[in-house]
Amino acid sequence: MDTAGNLIKTVRVRKIKSYVMLSIATVTAIYGVLWLLWILLDVFFNGFKSLSFSLFINDPAPPGVEGGGLRHAFVGHFIITSLATIMGIPIGIGAGIYFAEYGRHSTFVKFLRNITDVMVSFPSIVIGTLVYAVMVKPVGHFMGISGSVALALLMIPVVAITTDEILKLVPNSLREAGYALGARRWQVIKDISLSAARRGILTGVILGIARITGETAPLLFTAFNNNYLTLDPTQPMASLTVTIFQYAMGPYEVWHGQAWASALILTFGTLMFFILAKFVIRRK
Amino acid sequence: MNEPQRSLKILVRNFNFYYGKFHALKDINLEIGENKITAVIGPSGCGKTTLLRSFNRMHDLYPGNRYEGEIILYPDGINIIGRDVDPILVRMRIGMVFQKPNPFPKSIFENVAYGLRLKGIKSKSELEGRVEEALRSAALWEEVRDRLKENAYSLSGGQQQRLCIARAIAPQPEVLLFDEPTSALDPISTAKIEDLVVQLKEKLTIVIVTHNMQQAARISDYTAFMYMGELVEFGPTERMFTKPSNKLTEDYITGRFG
Amino acid sequence: MNGKNSIPELIVSQTLGFFAVFVGLLFPLATLTILIYESIPALEKSGILHFLTGRVWDPVSEVFGALPAIVGTLLVTLISSMIALPVSVGIAVFISELCPERFKPFFSTAVELLGAIPSIIYGMWGLFVIAPLMADHVEPFLQNTFGKLPLIGVLFEGAPTGIDALTSGFVLSIMIIPFMSAIVKDAFEMTPPLLKEAGYGLGATKWEVVRNVVIPFALPGIIGGVILSVGRALGETMAVAFLTGNVHAIPKSLLEPLTTITVAIANEFTEADSDIYLSSLFLLALILFLMSFGLLMTAKFLILERIGKRWTPRGI
Repeated sequence: MDTAGNLIKTVRVRKIKSYVMLSIATVTAIYGVLWLLWILLDVFFNGFKSLSFSLFINDPAPPGVEGGGLRHAFVGHFIITSLATIMGIPIGIGAGIYFAEYGRHSTFVKFLRNITDVMVSFPSIVIGTLVYAVMVKPVGHFMGISGSVALALLMIPVVAITTDEILKLVPNSLREAGYALGARRWQVIKDISLSAARRGILTGVILGIARITGETAPLLFTAFNNNYLTLDPTQPMASLTVTIFQYAMGPYEVWHGQAWASALILTFGTLMFFILAKFVIRRK
Repeated sequence: MNEPQRSLKILVRNFNFYYGKFHALKDINLEIGENKITAVIGPSGCGKTTLLRSFNRMHDLYPGNRYEGEIILYPDGINIIGRDVDPILVRMRIGMVFQKPNPFPKSIFENVAYGLRLKGIKSKSELEGRVEEALRSAALWEEVRDRLKENAYSLSGGQQQRLCIARAIAPQPEVLLFDEPTSALDPISTAKIEDLVVQLKEKLTIVIVTHNMQQAARISDYTAFMYMGELVEFGPTERMFTKPSNKLTEDYITGRFG
Repeated sequence: MNGKNSIPELIVSQTLGFFAVFVGLLFPLATLTILIYESIPALEKSGILHFLTGRVWDPVSEVFGALPAIVGTLLVTLISSMIALPVSVGIAVFISELCPERFKPFFSTAVELLGAIPSIIYGMWGLFVIAPLMADHVEPFLQNTFGKLPLIGVLFEGAPTGIDALTSGFVLSIMIIPFMSAIVKDAFEMTPPLLKEAGYGLGATKWEVVRNVVIPFALPGIIGGVILSVGRALGETMAVAFLTGNVHAIPKSLLEPLTTITVAIANEFTEADSDIYLSSLFLLALILFLMSFGLLMTAKFLILERIGKRWTPRGI
């Protein structure tokens, strides 16, 4: 029959089209993974070439002199992110708890939560300018601690939103069981919600730290940079990211090498945090 | 061709189905008559939906499923589950209506026209004519004739399900499968769908899975009772509900379990 | 014994409530206020209209026009989104519809990891690896292929240096693909299986189900994801900081250097030697704030909110 023949032809054409389009989708997925591999391999090989023990234990040598390191940047980076974490985590978790536990039926709290969600994707460089105006300008010089404040501000929305989302997964019947025993609200939050959501909140914290360890823009004019080691957060302080920025832009081969080595440490550090977070949430 | 062959639409012979290692359907033998309504009943988990979804190869969509045996579709006698048979061609001959109304996120018109477009029909006038015909057959035309361009989600649940029926019958399939089509609907919408199913058997063969025994009794010509993946009893609906020959069937029909 | 008035209850709820108000209201509001306050000298000197439309950015003679930076921001964002959109949809189709269950974690994790790499790494890699590649091979090739064509030929004029709009947009696209594809993938995976089966039940092929069922269903999510990613691209600094050349001029072709708001701020903020210069940079930051906040809010309220409510069968 002619119509049956036509139908089979139509179906064949449609199947070929489907095959072609789905192949294109597969190619795009390979394209995505390809860049990941390329970046990681470049960072790994170039970084590994310049990786040495002296990188961690020495301060920078003058340009052209061998054997300098980036101890000051590693230490500075650690101090800045640690202080940021100490400031950011409690506020972030606290706000998240408020969104989930107190704000279920309040339009205002929902509004706050939505704004916070928007702040997660907020341009980090603008936060840098804000902290510059509030902290650096009045004091008159760059400070490590102002870098921490900028990073904390960056981290708070991330932690708040994940905390809120995790707490919303805790079944309400669990909370009601607590109330039925005569617990007060803060006791229910502390003993039931938080203990049930502990692991998820930890994931949020790790993701928050991962987010800030790789940040550069908010540090450029808050913590600024320092060619010497300092432990005093009221002084300008070097960080790995700002150092990479400076060294990669610089004219010396040695600097480029050290920038790659720092990039290696930074990339794998960040990815470790990220994988750790995935690991924590999977192990249930 | 001889007379008894013509009245047979689907022949299920020694049919087995596996979800991975789980043996879901065991040695099913069943004859589905042309222009008849065959109801498949049984407690939940008995395999009735699994059997229904075998008829149009829906199980092919998920990995790890395996068919064994034969499901022969007449008049040409092809084995639906044969490896060399294209599931897409099978599905274009055997339509399906689902548990819940599931219109596409498109206009009412486009929902009904979709199956026709898949058949390669491009002419606007032909599409319009056949969409109208399908909507009339689904007793929906009068309600939607002035709003064909509106989104299908603007319809009520019962209307959405009739739209899904129109969508399924527009390409003129030979067989229409109903998977508990009224389980999500209110009694009035249910009654409308039941009337519709009965009218549709003039044009095509119907297999309906239902958990509602009254529904099976009201509309079907033949009834199959399944239990634990096996076909326990099969026969004319009237006999099945008045004097079932199997104790299990009797217990189920009289509501002793289910 | 009134629970509401117990001391710990009050302390806890007040403290947490303050944190919530801080992050959800005070923080963005303070940012806006302070940026406006710091921008006042620049606003007074240049006037908002002149600032937005001025083409000259000359700190020495204290003339500040933001148009090149604004155009540059939009151009780089546009290029990156045009590359990222089809790729992201393709990746989402692959992961949600094609990938065998066993390999799904590999691909989704790989894409997520791509999103976790710090932006400075993208920038540095772009500078040392991609820019030379563009300058030596890709851009001469593009010039030879498209350079002679009418209309689009203009886009490829100029010396291929690798430090230009094309390279910036390209590297930025690699950076936003993970965000975009993750959101599109989530939207795809919200498509109810029953809806897809309706398509297959009529005899549709896999691509037809994707094209006619999954994509229309996920459309609000796709649009939301695109806007969200565009918002990210607008505010991204480090990935493009090395690659634009930071030249305050509107590029005439894709192969000319340019600047973006973020790059101008990053490069010039610490060097701003006069109050008016600094204030002008604050004004740039304010413009960026308004642009990205507006975009992100649009994505959030207009589109992402709706997708959850999209498909609810009625009459149950």
